[in-house]
Amino acid sequence: MRREIPLIITISVGFLAILSFFSPPFEPLGEDFTLFFDIIAVFAFFLGGGNLMRVHIDKLIKRKKDWGFSIVTLVGFLVMLVAGLGKIGAESITSDITREGLFSTLYYNVHLPLGSTMYALLAFFVASASYRAFRAKNREATVLLIAAFIILLGSTPIGQMLTNWMPEGMSILEIPNLAVWIMSSPNLAGQRAIMIGIGLGVVSMSLRLILGIERTYLGKDSG
Amino acid sequence: MKTRTIEMIVLALLVISSVWAYVGKINGWHHGFVFSSSVSLVIMILLALSLVWILIRTLQDKLVGRRIVFLYIGVALSLPLFMSIDQPIKVSDEVRGVYQGLVDLQPGSKVLISFDYDPASAPELQPMAEAILGECIERDLDMIVLGLWPMGPQQATMALDSVMSRMGLTEQDVVYGEDFVNLGYQAGGEFVIQRMGSSFESMFKSDFRGTPYQDLPIIKNVKNFSNIDYSVNLSAGFPGTVEWVQVGVDRFGIKLGAGNTAVQAPTVYPYMGTLEKPGQLVGLMGGMSGAAEIEKLTNLKGKATLFMLSQSFAHVIVIAFIIIGNVAYFRGGRKSKLKGE
Repeated sequence: MRREIPLIITISVGFLAILSFFSPPFEPLGEDFTLFFDIIAVFAFFLGGGNLMRVHIDKLIKRKKDWGFSIVTLVGFLVMLVAGLGKIGAESITSDITREGLFSTLYYNVHLPLGSTMYALLAFFVASASYRAFRAKNREATVLLIAAFIILLGSTPIGQMLTNWMPEGMSILEIPNLAVWIMSSPNLAGQRAIMIGIGLGVVSMSLRLILGIERTYLGKDSG
Repeated sequence: MKTRTIEMIVLALLVISSVWAYVGKINGWHHGFVFSSSVSLVIMILLALSLVWILIRTLQDKLVGRRIVFLYIGVALSLPLFMSIDQPIKVSDEVRGVYQGLVDLQPGSKVLISFDYDPASAPELQPMAEAILGECIERDLDMIVLGLWPMGPQQATMALDSVMSRMGLTEQDVVYGEDFVNLGYQAGGEFVIQRMGSSFESMFKSDFRGTPYQDLPIIKNVKNFSNIDYSVNLSAGFPGTVEWVQVGVDRFGIKLGAGNTAVQAPTVYPYMGTLEKPGQLVGLMGGMSGAAEIEKLTNLKGKATLFMLSQSFAHVIVIAFIIIGNVAYFRGGRKSKLKGE
């Protein structure tokens, strides 16, 4: 029964979800399923928060490598949680915590600059990686390199400044126009191919799950 | 002197100068630094010459390390912030499509804006949000915002506060509940969009402040997407534009414009149409350049326009170092000496 019950649930929910999408009389069922998803998502929040606490408390107690960072994680998690749920510093329980209270202070002065800083670091790593690894090793790599140059220049006003002297009839050769062409033709074709491939893969995997052929999600003893 | 010591000294100097500049500006000691056009030109020439020098050293088999690359990127990103150079910004058809969606609306029309990003992507997406909200205020459109990312609603509040301050407006001019509402974050990704298709109220019983749905004049008559005139999605990943297209556009027929990070924009291009055949997206703003273009269209010049010079400098530096790296590669008999440097 440990295998049969989850299989029955998967098969019946799978078929009903398909029916609710394609058959109007079953449409309300789809609505109900989305509600079930919300309820499960709420449990996932608790599970996620609990797991974060468990992992970092364990690291702290056993003094594992870099345990000091666990203190920062735990303090950050708990302070933001209490500040948000308790609306600490806000005038009343109905106050907008995006505008007042400890939560907004921490969000705008700690979380926001830290998040932006982490993302900004990408510029440095991308530049360093490009310098060390972006090589015209063969024909394909050379085409990629040229496309990268056009996109890099085309997404800034410099690309326009470099080629805006071109006559009207040759405007397609202006760097910004070339960049748009790369994005809307070769890139689009490639992206569509990837999306169709992913779509077919999802359909195939979903059918395997619904028909009970794919059972790895049941665990090791799924047979 | 050890490399680590030099790094620490440079870092300390940067921190001290940043704190001094910030405190000075707050206390009115100065009104920010702006280089004149001549000084800016001299800086650019010096940068270009130094790159030529690095190229010459590379030809002499004296390669530069990654710290030098980091230094150049740091300089390329920060110095342009103090330069007074105007750059021409050409508006693409994709960005014009997003703007046209707003232009086509009558005053009082309802615009749904989904903030599906967090602070990490804010430098690219926040200027787009501010420009879109500014245009909505200018055209007297009703703004309904929500977030499929937990931090989305905060970003919306921040964008609205910033744009109101820049336009010199107060809370009496843009009345919460009548002109603007923040429905907050809702977990569930595409399932949220799916349920909004039949009933907004079933998904958002109250707004972000806890006000019941029916007590908010701006949305009390909004049942589902059929009452929304235009939607804009600002997204940095999942859930985001792809989900809004697949559920909101394909299933419920909403009119959607999107703003994405530069990394994500290529993946949503398949949803853009052509001149002959409109696509699932009416327009697309991609990255910092997309943000600068929408700022130009809305006449609300902000951080994106300012940061475009930094982006231009950084892109040129990256191209220069790729060329230098390739010179080293071909000079070294196609055996890169830079690997692992």
